[in-house]
Amino acid sequence: MNSKTADRIATGVFITIAIIIISILVGLFSYILVNGLKHVSLDFLTTPSSNVRAGGGIRDQLFNSFYILFITMLIALPLGIGGGIYMAEYAKPGKITDIIRSCIEVLASLPSIVIGMFGLLMFVNLTGWGYTILGGALALTVFNLPVIVRVSEDAIRAVPRDLKEASLALGITKWHTIKTVLLPSAFPSILTGAILAAGRVFGEAAALLFTAGLSTPRLDYANWNPFSPQSPLNIFRPAETLAVHIWSVNTQGLIPDVEEVSNGSAAVLVLSVLVFNLLARWIGSMIHKKVTASK
Amino acid sequence: MVTAIMDKASANQAVQSNSQLQNDLILEVNNLEIFYGEKRAVNGISMDIEKNSVTALIGPSGCGKSTFLRSINRMNDLIPGARAVGEIIYEDLNILSEQIDVVALRKEIGMVFQKPNPFPKSIYENITHALKFSGIKKKSKLDEIVEESLKKAALWEEVKDRLHKSALSLSGGQQQRLCIARTIAMKPTVMLLDEPSSALDPISNSKVEDLIVDLKKEYSIIIVTHNMQQASRISDKTAFFLSGDIIEYDYTEKIFTNPSVKKTEEYISGRFG
Repeated sequence: MNSKTADRIATGVFITIAIIIISILVGLFSYILVNGLKHVSLDFLTTPSSNVRAGGGIRDQLFNSFYILFITMLIALPLGIGGGIYMAEYAKPGKITDIIRSCIEVLASLPSIVIGMFGLLMFVNLTGWGYTILGGALALTVFNLPVIVRVSEDAIRAVPRDLKEASLALGITKWHTIKTVLLPSAFPSILTGAILAAGRVFGEAAALLFTAGLSTPRLDYANWNPFSPQSPLNIFRPAETLAVHIWSVNTQGLIPDVEEVSNGSAAVLVLSVLVFNLLARWIGSMIHKKVTASK
Repeated sequence: MVTAIMDKASANQAVQSNSQLQNDLILEVNNLEIFYGEKRAVNGISMDIEKNSVTALIGPSGCGKSTFLRSINRMNDLIPGARAVGEIIYEDLNILSEQIDVVALRKEIGMVFQKPNPFPKSIYENITHALKFSGIKKKSKLDEIVEESLKKAALWEEVKDRLHKSALSLSGGQQQRLCIARTIAMKPTVMLLDEPSSALDPISNSKVEDLIVDLKKEYSIIIVTHNMQQASRISDKTAFFLSGDIIEYDYTEKIFTNPSVKKTEEYISGRFG
């Protein structure tokens, strides 16, 4: 076989692989949307769920999903980016750094249900909080930290060494260089990592079953006092998220319209992730343009 | 100046250097050795560098001239395993001393690199980046320094209408002059130039050369170059490096017309290197 044929075959193979990936994606996406969107209505999005009757919505679950995502990111991003900065700029090559890196990799490969069990022990029982949003967010932080650390480290390492030297040679301290030169340049890659992590958080069910729980108290959206048990903002209340809701109505739901609710929820979940991704990318590129003065 | 680059507590201790600094010298190098791990890159060199002059360092690749240049503002600290022994005396202080505040040192001894490396920010911010860090916050003062530095770097006329555009939109030669401008803005006393025009086209190159000649009125300049014509055109003194030693160090005119060592002549005339 001559090299020209081999080249043509390679091209063909990769195009085929790309087509397979795209068709799986499009197939899955349209299946979920076609089956789910017909059950989605404003009513569906704005009524609370029902345990026994048909016609329940997903208002609280949708809110909980976004709220847990927000709290998780609030904890995980500073920790993860900080860890990435440490690994890229401060950790000296050697045994300890290697051990830290192995730990991060092991943490990244833990099954989410195991993290859920760990969360149950730590954030539910040991702290005595019971099922809470905070417990769920902490479990999800454990789940996502390795990814964010890894992505931030790689992003910072990928910034050309020239830039770092240029800044240091001007008599600027290491920390200020990291803050004003390295992080802005690494921002697009870190953002991509954060978005991937956010997608995982949004769709995660197993880690939340035993930490944030399967129920939501009766919420009063007019109550903005974060310490009131009825307030949606209270982080010490149980919260069932959309992904957990899909799991729970399918496994133990007593409502007659299980299929409608779970299909509708799935469609909302997928669309939310999509919208969230696009929005984050758009905002990210606006920030990046402003920082780098590029048009 | 002296206390500016020293931690106050250790200032007394480090002024112990015995060297007699002459008035017209800016740097005095004594028995400087530089190692990368076990490997010795510079073998105990000594040289005096004059104030307000251009000193060129020439020699084949890997001869230690860039390593030496980078040790003058301690950029080698960034390389794991790099280590310098000996003295580089600046303002009565040994630059290589542990007690030196490297950040303050680099404000006084600035550096321009081989490849233009502007920050991915606006032209204006490239210059104000370090100024803001050193505490200058007033807009009018910043504006003034930006204009002054860009004028000194002969770039003002070309960029004055687009100061807030990205520095990456400039040509390679303009980027390099911007890098020189942002170093000038810090008002250093010494400027280290590491092959500053080797990545530039001939026209940009000659602009950078004119600039260097102009800058020596105010600064002491040390330049590493592979371009013999450049060294002979712009420098006052030239040091020829070979395998980590200084083979010959003399007035440029002498080095290029009547070198005392045969190796120097061979290198300059292109017979090796």
